[in-house]
Amino acid sequence: MGKKLTIFLFLLPSLVGLVLFSIIPIGTSLYLSLTEWDVIGGPPKFHGLKNYLQILKSEEMARILGNTLYFIVLYIPLILIVSILVAVLLNNSYKGIGIYRTIYYIPVLTSWVAAALLWKWLLNPRYGAINAILGWFGIQGPSWLQDKTWAMPGVVLSSIWKDMGYFSLIFLAGLQGIDKSYYEAAEIDGANAFAKFRYITLPLVTPTLFFVMVICIINSFQLFPQVMVMTEGGPGGATQVFVERIYNYAFRYYKMGYASSLSWILFVFIFVATIIQLRMQKRWVHYDS
Amino acid sequence: MTRKSLGKKVSFYFFASLIGFFNLIPFFWMVSTSLKARKALAVLPVQWIPEEPSFEAYQRLFQLFPFARAIWNSVFISVTTTVVVVASASLAAYVFAKIPFRGREALFTLFLMTMMIPGQVTMIPNFLVLRYLGLLNTYLGVLVPTIYNAFATFLLRQNMRVIPDAYLEAAIIDGASHFTIFSRIVVPLSKPILAALAVITFMGAWNDYLWPLIVLTDRAKMTLPVGLSLLNTQYGNQYNLLMAGGLISMVPILILYFLAQKHFEQGLNIGGIKG
Repeated sequence: MGKKLTIFLFLLPSLVGLVLFSIIPIGTSLYLSLTEWDVIGGPPKFHGLKNYLQILKSEEMARILGNTLYFIVLYIPLILIVSILVAVLLNNSYKGIGIYRTIYYIPVLTSWVAAALLWKWLLNPRYGAINAILGWFGIQGPSWLQDKTWAMPGVVLSSIWKDMGYFSLIFLAGLQGIDKSYYEAAEIDGANAFAKFRYITLPLVTPTLFFVMVICIINSFQLFPQVMVMTEGGPGGATQVFVERIYNYAFRYYKMGYASSLSWILFVFIFVATIIQLRMQKRWVHYDS
Repeated sequence: MTRKSLGKKVSFYFFASLIGFFNLIPFFWMVSTSLKARKALAVLPVQWIPEEPSFEAYQRLFQLFPFARAIWNSVFISVTTTVVVVASASLAAYVFAKIPFRGREALFTLFLMTMMIPGQVTMIPNFLVLRYLGLLNTYLGVLVPTIYNAFATFLLRQNMRVIPDAYLEAAIIDGASHFTIFSRIVVPLSKPILAALAVITFMGAWNDYLWPLIVLTDRAKMTLPVGLSLLNTQYGNQYNLLMAGGLISMVPILILYFLAQKHFEQGLNIGGIKG
């Protein structure tokens, strides 16, 4: 068999997929975003940038962006803090540590649909476990998913629970890469646990922190199953986000052009957010020791 | 043991257990709810342990919805997706890692560039491609787009590059074809990364929601996550039913986790790249 034929055959499955499910769709999506099309009523009608202008001027756009930022502002600090602390905790060699690792990892293994159903029930204002627990401390819990202000914090809470184990194991790998001699030197100088964390662990874990932050922000823009299952974007649009809107416009209202434009706007937001973080990393990420 | 290290030990167990409690209490609630009769759901004060345990929810689950079928659908789709992704990506990765040809780097860059486009952009046209091919509402429709996976190809290529060329050259001198080299040398040497990729691909496919939701509309073809979300829209307040369904959907992946824990943890670190 000739070399060229070998190369061709080895690449064939991927190339077919690349063309059929990536390149053609990207082009199609760009074109559709410039049209109006409801699938059933004839071919797409070209109307230029109308969808984009309409979306960018709409109240809905401001709302989904606001909701996404609300999620990010609550979720990012919490997930970073919690998963670093859990990683520090797991970076020990006490007996039974494997069991804790496994326990922390179980929510990661659960599908988002099952997890979201569970949290919808946990957050039930009257009969749910969360408000029952808050009641032990004399706190009257909010109406969570039925309340415009508290719905997104409810979604955040479920996301922290679901993602914590995942990111803490990524941080743990980062922590285990830190050279032990730094800590030994600090101990000789009489540094306490806090000083060691602040001046050794934290700077040296910044590359992992940066990586996790980039991933978390991308994921936040793509928030979907938890919202779809727990709130369907409600109440009153308080948890409407990009992917939920794209799904509904495309597959419930059959506005394919509009949905395609929205998906490209989502892409631009993710792209810009990632570029900004890449640019800013020089200021705070320590790459070499 | 000094007082200081005892204090450290105690605080470790205290905090580790506290977080463990936060992790596990929802599952406890899930199991407890699934064992309640419907009338015991809306009772105050909340029953942490059902007063009259009942398997009503589990029985009704299989009556109301072809749930056994959904389990099978999920198993079938996840296994075939894993096979397709690993096979297709490892073949391409071998070429990108070990067989130079003109335009190879440009093609590889194209692969990497497509990784930047989020799935939501290609989702609508992919749906149209499947509709055109008549593959909507079929297993094949869920499966076929996974044949191209830039992330998996990238991951495997990075790992195959470190295999010393001397191994391959020796085989070529002995007259081995590229396929022999691939299957006899490269695949065995890449086993750990292939296993890790298989595990994360399986888990991703098992838990995937959006794509099967779009492609599969026939109740008999639905995967577990899609079936569960349908149950949610139809019986949204019957939480004993929903919790029972959720628990059943978790069992296979938990079994797999305990069998292949090592690969899960390797897969975890590489999975981060994919996000």
